[in-house]
Amino acid sequence: MTTVIAAVLLLTGLGVLFGIGLAVASRKLAVETDPRVDEIEELLPGANCGACGYPGCRGLAEAIAGGSAPVNACPVSTDCGAIAEVMGVEALSCERRVAKVRCIGGKKEAKERFAYVGSKDCFAAHQLAGGPKACEYGCLGLGSCVEACPFSAITINENGLAVVDEEKCTGCGQCVAACPRDLIALLPPGDPVTVYCRNTEKGAVVRKICQTGCIGCGICVKQCDQGAITLENNLAVIDPVKCNRCGRCIAKCPVKVIQGAVVEETASAVSGG
Amino acid sequence: MRAKTFRKGIHPPGHKERTAGLPIEVFPAPQKVVLPLCQHIGAPAQPLVAVGDEVTAGQKIAEAQGMVSAALHASISGKVTAIEERPHPAGRNLPAIVIENTGGEGFSPVPEAKPGRPLAEITGEEIKELMRAGGLVGMGGAAFPTHVKYYPPAGKKIEYVILNGAECEPFLTCDHRLMLERPAAVLYGLKAMMKAAGAKRGYIGIELNKVDVIKVLQEEARGDETIEIVPLRVKYPQGEEKMLINAITGRVVPAGGLPVDAGVVVNNVGTAAALADLLQTGKPLISRVITVTGGGIKEPKNLEVPLGTLLEDVLAYCGGLTDSAGRIVLGGPMTGPAHYRLDLPVVKGTCGLLVQTSEEIGDMEYMDCIRCGKCVEACPFSLLPNYLGLYAEKNRLEEAERYGVMECRECGSCAYVCPSRRPLTQWIKDAKRKITAAQRKTG
Repeated sequence: MTTVIAAVLLLTGLGVLFGIGLAVASRKLAVETDPRVDEIEELLPGANCGACGYPGCRGLAEAIAGGSAPVNACPVSTDCGAIAEVMGVEALSCERRVAKVRCIGGKKEAKERFAYVGSKDCFAAHQLAGGPKACEYGCLGLGSCVEACPFSAITINENGLAVVDEEKCTGCGQCVAACPRDLIALLPPGDPVTVYCRNTEKGAVVRKICQTGCIGCGICVKQCDQGAITLENNLAVIDPVKCNRCGRCIAKCPVKVIQGAVVEETASAVSGG
Repeated sequence: MRAKTFRKGIHPPGHKERTAGLPIEVFPAPQKVVLPLCQHIGAPAQPLVAVGDEVTAGQKIAEAQGMVSAALHASISGKVTAIEERPHPAGRNLPAIVIENTGGEGFSPVPEAKPGRPLAEITGEEIKELMRAGGLVGMGGAAFPTHVKYYPPAGKKIEYVILNGAECEPFLTCDHRLMLERPAAVLYGLKAMMKAAGAKRGYIGIELNKVDVIKVLQEEARGDETIEIVPLRVKYPQGEEKMLINAITGRVVPAGGLPVDAGVVVNNVGTAAALADLLQTGKPLISRVITVTGGGIKEPKNLEVPLGTLLEDVLAYCGGLTDSAGRIVLGGPMTGPAHYRLDLPVVKGTCGLLVQTSEEIGDMEYMDCIRCGKCVEACPFSLLPNYLGLYAEKNRLEEAERYGVMECRECGSCAYVCPSRRPLTQWIKDAKRKITAAQRKTG
């Protein structure tokens, strides 16, 4: 009987002793955490996409709380006002950006120069003699961006082109890095007027290989009264800030490579005046 | 004959019967040659001629830039009509010198060569300098400048020179015919190489599917104690440098090391014959033997063509393509890259033009890995291509590197045996490329 009592007493004693030890340790060795870190983390999307450059959303939350990252450092979140509130600073602009694949020359429009078999990876195909597509700038449609997208926002359509779902896209930019042809750009949402081509070859060369490739004719430049369009290396480039979405370049482009949503008021104002 | 070999490897069908019995034909000087400035591993050569210049065959038209580079010589007599970017077998446009044939007959030998001297009168240093002056590169396919191999790093000594006559790639027979028709030149080249390297022994490794060559060379080398003709088992990749060294000498080149780490230099038999030509007649590297073969070629041939000859001209000489032609490959089917155009020139590293038929290519859609382990059994480097392929496919480069992806020599055995037709070698190649690019970026 005494053995049982001794054992019980010993274990109870040990339990009390360790309990006190742990209680002291938790006070003395406590790690000070900023309560704002948890609050900020709550406000971040939680996808851990890494687009901000920090190790996951927790990493960014710590950086924002520590002051080493701005409150709008998350390219995905559209709620930087709330984070600014937590931090007690004024909200910076946190405009949403979405990815756009700047190529519309799919299987129907663009020519193939050989049949590609092998790894279904755009980088691999691009390495092989410049890829199966006659246009060395166009979308290969093998889906490296689809693989890279953490939000399943990109699909390859029937025409063999990558298309971004604006609803699902968070603008994290993973696909921009995955595309070996630098075809994807982060643009404002709402279908801005864009030149859907990256081919910088001369017009005659482009005409031979793609029906909807920019031939660098410069008609759009003349049409634009906002000075938003310039020709760089035989390729039209639209400045989204200057563009007022009148849509005249869209109407006049001979290869229909400029597309985007036209704003009715500016369009009618232009045609009226 | 007791044949030596290495561990693992594969046995693809040889398909050499189409051209093995055909003597080498000399291809007449074409109307035009396109000579890319970079036909070798290393820095591109610097042009010495301008548009409009008249050149004679053998004249140096571009100078090597730096140590790892090779000079370039006119392969026909004619007029330089352009120096511009042209399609290159590397798969993109690269600068090249274009020469139009004007019907000139002349030939200008390499001035330093002083032909007509016996080998005993030429010093080792002189041979190395001539390799450089003659624009010699490895003719087995990799096109590494030859002279570089003969300047070993300090503290390393070359004991053996091995000539690679294995020709383990299916379809190709150019080395076979060369050794059979010009055994004296091959042996002369080997002796010159041994002299340049200060090596005590020379070996020529030949696969047993070329018994006629083994007999001829053994006869030719009779009485010479320093040279041995080594019969090798017919197995792929027997001609891979590390495999060849292991089979012949029993030595193992360390991972990440060069043959010289095992005291060996390996050269192709074609390079040896080219060196013999250079020393005996002063002819620089301006032509090479190629095998034109495959079910897609009307008249398969072994041809000695001037460098820079366009594939379309070569094809026309061989009767053109058959109706069933499906894929054009430069080199052998295991390591040669497929091409879609015929305006590519024959370069120093081109060993063949293979046109496969659509049936020979078959269905190429790949499926998931079924973990059968055939690639592991095949890999002569004892890597794990199954894991390398999976990691490379998913872009997990760190893991791929940890599994030794950089040790892969891209022989293609794993992809050949894969029952799921997985493009393992392609994935591995791309992973290696990405890793090298990342290393270059971070310095």
